[in-house]
Amino acid sequence: MVGRRLRAAIPVLVLVGLGGLIATQNGMFLQPGNLVRVASAASIPLVLALGATFVILLGSIDLSVEGVMAVGSVALSLLVRNDGSTADWGLVAVVPVLLAGATIGALNGLLHVGFRIPSFMVTLGTWFAGVGLATVLLGGGTVRVTDPSIRGLALDRWLGFPLIVWVALLALFVAWVIQTYTRTGRYIYAIGGGEDLAALSGVPVARVKVATFALAGTFYALGGVMAAAQLGQGNAVIGEGRLFTTITAVVVGGSALSGGEGGVLNTFVGVLVVAVLANGLVLLGVSPYWQQTVQGAMIVVAVALSVERKRARIVK
Amino acid sequence: MLRAVGIGKSFGVVQALSDVDLEVRPGEVVGLVGENGAGKSTLMRILAGVQQPSAGELRRDGELLRLRSPREAAAAGIAMVFQEQSLLPNLSVAENLFLGHEAGFTRFGMIDRRRMRDAARGLLARVRLDVDPATRTSDLSFAARQMVELAKALALEDRVRRDLVILLDEPTSVLERADIDILFARVRALKQRASFVFVSHRLDEVLAISDRVYVMKDGRVVAQMPAAEAQAPALHRLMVGRALQAEYYREQEQRPFADTPVLETNGLAVAGSYRDVSLSLHAGEVLGIAGVVGSGREELVRTLFGFLPPTAGTISVDGKPVALRVPSDAVALGIGYIPRERRVEGLAMLLSIAVNMTLANLDVVMRHGLIDRARERALARDWATKLNIRTPGTDTLCRNLSGGNQQKVVLTKWLNARSRILILDHPTRGLDVGAKEEVYRLIRELCAAGTAILLTSDTLDETIGLSHTVIVMRDGVVAACFDAPPGRKPPQLDLIGHMV
Repeated sequence: MVGRRLRAAIPVLVLVGLGGLIATQNGMFLQPGNLVRVASAASIPLVLALGATFVILLGSIDLSVEGVMAVGSVALSLLVRNDGSTADWGLVAVVPVLLAGATIGALNGLLHVGFRIPSFMVTLGTWFAGVGLATVLLGGGTVRVTDPSIRGLALDRWLGFPLIVWVALLALFVAWVIQTYTRTGRYIYAIGGGEDLAALSGVPVARVKVATFALAGTFYALGGVMAAAQLGQGNAVIGEGRLFTTITAVVVGGSALSGGEGGVLNTFVGVLVVAVLANGLVLLGVSPYWQQTVQGAMIVVAVALSVERKRARIVK
Repeated sequence: MLRAVGIGKSFGVVQALSDVDLEVRPGEVVGLVGENGAGKSTLMRILAGVQQPSAGELRRDGELLRLRSPREAAAAGIAMVFQEQSLLPNLSVAENLFLGHEAGFTRFGMIDRRRMRDAARGLLARVRLDVDPATRTSDLSFAARQMVELAKALALEDRVRRDLVILLDEPTSVLERADIDILFARVRALKQRASFVFVSHRLDEVLAISDRVYVMKDGRVVAQMPAAEAQAPALHRLMVGRALQAEYYREQEQRPFADTPVLETNGLAVAGSYRDVSLSLHAGEVLGIAGVVGSGREELVRTLFGFLPPTAGTISVDGKPVALRVPSDAVALGIGYIPRERRVEGLAMLLSIAVNMTLANLDVVMRHGLIDRARERALARDWATKLNIRTPGTDTLCRNLSGGNQQKVVLTKWLNARSRILILDHPTRGLDVGAKEEVYRLIRELCAAGTAILLTSDTLDETIGLSHTVIVMRDGVVAACFDAPPGRKPPQLDLIGHMV
């Protein structure tokens, strides 16, 4: 099997190789305008994948990305200046939206821990329930966001990049600090590395798990806010297709689905790989259906490269 | 008819078996006894083809046997009844009995379930087990499952045209008395069909069922005798027999302990495991608990770290009654646990040694609510120097350390947590001699600094050598208590007398 160090470097090598390959095929790729486009396209996936990274580090999985995003985007759209309600909270609306995301996430965690339901099933349920809830909130329609401060996140630029790119980078920094310097972050690794051992060392396993899912929910809700800003509207299907890129980015970045290995910097690289590939396929004139096929193949290859098959005797 | 000649097996630096000779004759039951780690299970796994010897050879009726898998062992007429039962709980008894051998029952590619059930009924009759072959295996009692295992092993005689050797690895450890009697009756009745190799911790059982007994110690066969001539105390002496080496256990560094009890139990009991255990552990004391498997000592230790809630009695720490419902309760009270399963319960193998060291108490490296990584690494470096942990650096993953160094990291975790009570559950298991000595040295140092230690160990030798006080458990009660001051350690025989 590939050595450990090499395996850790693979995502970066893939990113560099991919970028180089695309650049040689199409000079457009390295144009500033295109790089800004890649960054914009990567912002929302990054925020979503950061949330999912924590859950995956635990050794659990979170499928509720699209549900929480839907609730987040709809709730935000209804709270800021819009064409469907009379509310006008401005940027302050982001706070209750993030809290709503945290609540749904905490609910995921509580159901998972309290009733000992596999995280896969719980979050599969909240995914659907979230989309349903968002649909109910809007009565099945779409609401247009007219709030300039929210729209500005996508339209205004600083140093050439739209504000949501900076939001995503800020989220990355926060996630990195949580992962590296907080008790919760440390305990997430411990639980992912060995839940029994963590419990034996006095780690409050149940509490950390709930906190992790809540944290993930917060990031997804932020993703919802960013999507509402980018599209200028809130609707229940705003997250469609996001789950796939989220999980792909985390896995391609090299975090182990079994937990305890990897982290948010891996995810950063993983998101860039996914975004660069998507961008490159467009530049090379590949049809969207082939793009999807390539992405699907990529996640399988990434897992094949990252798993230490010698150790895992039985795979389910 | 089955001979093992000069078998050796090493795992890295640990020599699990060396130069073992064993013979199984037709129609006999061979008993295999020895302490934990003596090499019994390794030998059984080699005979069953699960592991391959690093030296020596196996011969079946004179011809050389090379067993690379349990399947090849089966083809040679050797079957193992596993310690952890090897039946699939979600399949029926009949499906389990013929798992992997369905070919005999297929018609047009479909399994003829009725024919399979009839054949299963025949097999079950051989062990006189009266259950419907269509029963889901998980619905059977433990004892009944053991019988199904035996029937499965016996099924081999229909496929292999030679006498069978059936390996029974600790088959009685999970059985009640009455079920053991039934098992033994079956084994005796089956002796003309097959030879048996029987492994157990319980000497009385081995003597009751065996024709011949092998005694193993430290990976070698140290004695072999007809069971009729053997007696339990004498066997036990052979199993543990090694002159107490005062130096080895650093007896001269054993200091008298303070008169302040830190951990006490009163009338502690777990229904079905042990009862009426009252003990007190003092600051600076090593309290050893001796006892054979099934004596209740393992369960007692688990209770004291919050794994197994007591059904009666009280536990006090520093004179105050406490409830230990989960391990984190124990951690909060300053109790640390060094588990026997180091790789699963002791360390996060994929995390660095620095991270593992602070896991039980991050407070020592927290600053302004965040982890001070530089301080964490410095702390890890300090500990590594102090405890002589050989590692390339503090970011090294635990799985890249040797067993002894890993054990020191586990200890450090509890030292960082400032645990005043340490429960050492077989702390030297799997360590080589040098690493053991270092662990002994640490135990002495910790005690001198006032840490109270509760010790269970694989060998009686180690228990006596390290402890200030040894209590002996038998059949769930404290059978005896010995003082073990330096220079006047109680002889092993005295303890053995209370153990068996």
